Amino acid sequence: MALVWLILIPFIGGLLCWQGERWGDQPPRWIALGTMLLVLLITLGLWWHGDYRLPAGAEAEAVSWAIEWRAVWIPRFGIEVHLALDGLSLVLIALTGLLGVLAVLCSWHEIGRRVGFFHLNLLWILAGVVGVFLAIDLFLFFFFWEMMLVPMYFLIALWGHSGSRGRTRIGAATKFFIYTQASGLLMLVAILGLVFAHYNATGEYTFSYAALRETPLSDELSVWLMLGFFFAFAVKLPVVPFHGWLPDAHAQAPTAGSVDLAGILLKTGAYGMLRFALPLFPEASQAFAPVAMGLGLVGIFYGALLACGQQDIKRLIAYTSISHMGFVLIGIYAGTELALQGVVALMVAHAFSTSALFIISGQIYERLHTRDMREMGGLWGRMGSLPGFMLCFVVASLGMPGTVNFVGEFMILFGSFPVVPWVAAIASAGLVLAAIYSLLLMQRVHYGPPRGEGRFADLDRREYAMMLGLLALVLLLGLFPQPLLETSGATMHEVQQLFSDAAAPTSITELMGGL
Amino acid sequence: MTLTVTHLMALLPLILVCATAIAAMLGIAWRRHHAGTAAVTVMGLVLALISLLSIWTMAPIKVPLLVVDGLTLFAGVMILVSSLACTALAYVYLENYPGPREEFYLLLLCAAAGGMVLAASQHLASLFVGLELLSMPLYGMLAYAFPERRSLEAGIKYFILSAAATAFLLFGMALLYAQVGHLDLTGVAASFSERPDAWGLAGIGLLLVGLGFKLSIVPFHLWTPDVYEGAPGPAATFLASASKVAVFVVLLRLVLSAPGFQDDWLRDVLAAMALAGMLVGNLLALVQSNLKRLLGYSSIAHFGYLLVALVVGDGLATETGGVYLLTYLVTTLGAFGVVTLLSSPYSGEDAAALHHYRGLFWRRPYLTAVLTVSLLSLAGIPFTAGFIGKFYIIALGVEAQRWWLVGGIVVGSAIGLYYYLRVMVTLFLVEPGMQRRDAPRDWSVRAGGVVVLGLALLIVLLGIYPAPMIEWVGVVERITAG
Repeated sequence: MALVWLILIPFIGGLLCWQGERWGDQPPRWIALGTMLLVLLITLGLWWHGDYRLPAGAEAEAVSWAIEWRAVWIPRFGIEVHLALDGLSLVLIALTGLLGVLAVLCSWHEIGRRVGFFHLNLLWILAGVVGVFLAIDLFLFFFFWEMMLVPMYFLIALWGHSGSRGRTRIGAATKFFIYTQASGLLMLVAILGLVFAHYNATGEYTFSYAALRETPLSDELSVWLMLGFFFAFAVKLPVVPFHGWLPDAHAQAPTAGSVDLAGILLKTGAYGMLRFALPLFPEASQAFAPVAMGLGLVGIFYGALLACGQQDIKRLIAYTSISHMGFVLIGIYAGTELALQGVVALMVAHAFSTSALFIISGQIYERLHTRDMREMGGLWGRMGSLPGFMLCFVVASLGMPGTVNFVGEFMILFGSFPVVPWVAAIASAGLVLAAIYSLLLMQRVHYGPPRGEGRFADLDRREYAMMLGLLALVLLLGLFPQPLLETSGATMHEVQQLFSDAAAPTSITELMGGL
Repeated sequence: MTLTVTHLMALLPLILVCATAIAAMLGIAWRRHHAGTAAVTVMGLVLALISLLSIWTMAPIKVPLLVVDGLTLFAGVMILVSSLACTALAYVYLENYPGPREEFYLLLLCAAAGGMVLAASQHLASLFVGLELLSMPLYGMLAYAFPERRSLEAGIKYFILSAAATAFLLFGMALLYAQVGHLDLTGVAASFSERPDAWGLAGIGLLLVGLGFKLSIVPFHLWTPDVYEGAPGPAATFLASASKVAVFVVLLRLVLSAPGFQDDWLRDVLAAMALAGMLVGNLLALVQSNLKRLLGYSSIAHFGYLLVALVVGDGLATETGGVYLLTYLVTTLGAFGVVTLLSSPYSGEDAAALHHYRGLFWRRPYLTAVLTVSLLSLAGIPFTAGFIGKFYIIALGVEAQRWWLVGGIVVGSAIGLYYYLRVMVTLFLVEPGMQRRDAPRDWSVRAGGVVVLGLALLIVLLGIYPAPMIEWVGVVERITAG
């Protein structure tokens, strides 16, 4: 039942925020903060009490969930409300809770209009994301996958910033929505294809993850279905040819929206690949791996290069996300246990460092009222401790040892080297570019000749606490990542088993029957 | 064949609606009373609905010319419910109407009766009578606010084009009769046991033209946006809901019963029309700045989706048709209901231009929530009934491996999102100094408001827990088959 509450609490909290606006601007903020803290506490409680370590021996074959909850939903098609928690989803839900708290905190002063409705949208996004991480029934998964788009759309469209050169916030929001919805529909088609394949084989409708994993598929069909799933997740991750929505959405979204987008919405793409695309179609994924890793490489360099050329601070950070997600994609499709564990670490690391950078750019915006880096420069020493924090997170983002980002990137490269040495070698060159864009960012914003005289407001206690907390987490997990890795270990082990058990990779064109 | 009590029982809902129409007419002749007429109408419709539900267990029953089976009952419930919704909306809408107000209900009742006959017909003669009984009052309803140029234009446009479509329909029937010598559907179906020849196919094709016109299937859709835009709110609501349901049900019956429709050539034509509907409807809706026109184009697209059920014609098809029709009906009623409420009470042209809706949320949050939910449902977003409908359609396409149609649905939905989102975000934007139309202050406690809120609730409920609806449609299908 705890799992249901994890979804319901933010949902109900959102409604309360909406109605709480009657009593002024403050109640919705406090209600939202309380709600997200509650979610975070429940997750941490589950973490504390549950055992997510690798089960000993060979019984790890069976799908083993730490907690499960199921109820019949639409019996006509064998659809169930089936929620389940394992190490991977636990980590990501904890992340969602934490970033939810941060998102509420960082919009404390930024959002002054229609506070209640803002928090309604914010909390509903988080409810949808938690649902995505928990759903094990494919119909339910799709349900949440699409549901979280609507509040995100409103968040960007109503509270976003209109950018320069005709980039409107509504345009960005619409682009985001159409990209993800259309790709989502392709996934729905793939899900249905899988369900009907299962129906033809067994005469039984089911959307259950466990049952569909056993579906016998022809090679050609499994490639097509895998592509349907991959496409939806690739848009969300984003993988380079499908990334068009991301820079606009990030740049135009309010800070809380960017934090949610970068911190957790992108992670749903990676989660989907790890949870669904790989285990459901191991052979097809194995065959597809070279292509996917190639796309990952393209993403690393494309994102990094474009980041170097940005003037808008949030767009720059958005492009670095694309670069980091390239590493994630390589790690996922390399498929060794080390690389997969690295993916989890990098996802967490990216969530911390990128949200911190987005929060910082929000704080700079509150003080300077611009996000254009050409109008910044020489801010070091004029903003109290903010530049110091920014330096820390920039350094984390470029993967300095001692931060959790380093752990993630190192494990991915280390883990994929035995399988695909060349990919790993080329990808490491991306780290150099990471250093370049990170230093460019620091240089343009904080160094150089100052543009004015006066000092800006120092960080207040709320901002200071957010920064300090994130920094502590980055360093703590960077120096001692074991608890994180232990929690997700069992799940990753399973994925790795499936992936390596798949038949020796044939080429993708062969599987598709020479199409 | 003589009429027995069972037959009378089976026809009771229809008889009740007709009796109500007569009662309303006599009442108007005796003394004009707006509230009284509306009350009589509601009472009659509710009684008909109850009698409909009470004969549920007796179905299927064959009456001369008509058949009362699952499909009839299903359509009857939908027609009566949408007529009730229209009555409630009309009551608010017509409150300040300067001309005669009571006749609207009379026309509405006649049209409802026509729809019920049409949905129940198992004979081409009753099909024709039903269709005309449905259409004739509609001309009047569409042109009801005739001092408005647009309303009059809508009425006349629909009248002329509809007459032309009827001519096609009749010609098709004549050809069919010449070919097989039967007018009842079972007889026609039996004569087409093997592949029909050219004349038979032509007859079926012309029949399709006539019915396709009413459903605004591409390429017979040209009247839709103009008529939707010009018609007074309640009339447009009725046209978009009850009238479409009745015609679609009869088309479904034709396709299911007549093997001539299972012909490959005809199916390809249907598939092409479905694809064209999805694309044309959605693409043209992109450039609209009037909500009613936009809903008109959106309905063209939705009937494109719905045609997929007819193209496939077996397996999940009937169930899909039923579920989609139901979700579409609830959604359309919700969307048109809000438009009507905003234009109530009548004061000239309806408030349907998009700028009327700017920032509506900050003035009327709940009414806007209703419209938002309806639009999300039209776009097929989860948590709304529309998603279940779209899920069914895609499932059907995948099951029958009609990949072109599936692709069309995906592309159409992606395009559709753009304009639904545009309307939705307009509702939440604020720009001072805009021209505004507003619902009456106490809209939510009035009849129309209650109906609209109930519909929104139903949309969400069906989206979250669709199992009872699916089960119900399953029961309907079983009764029809048996």
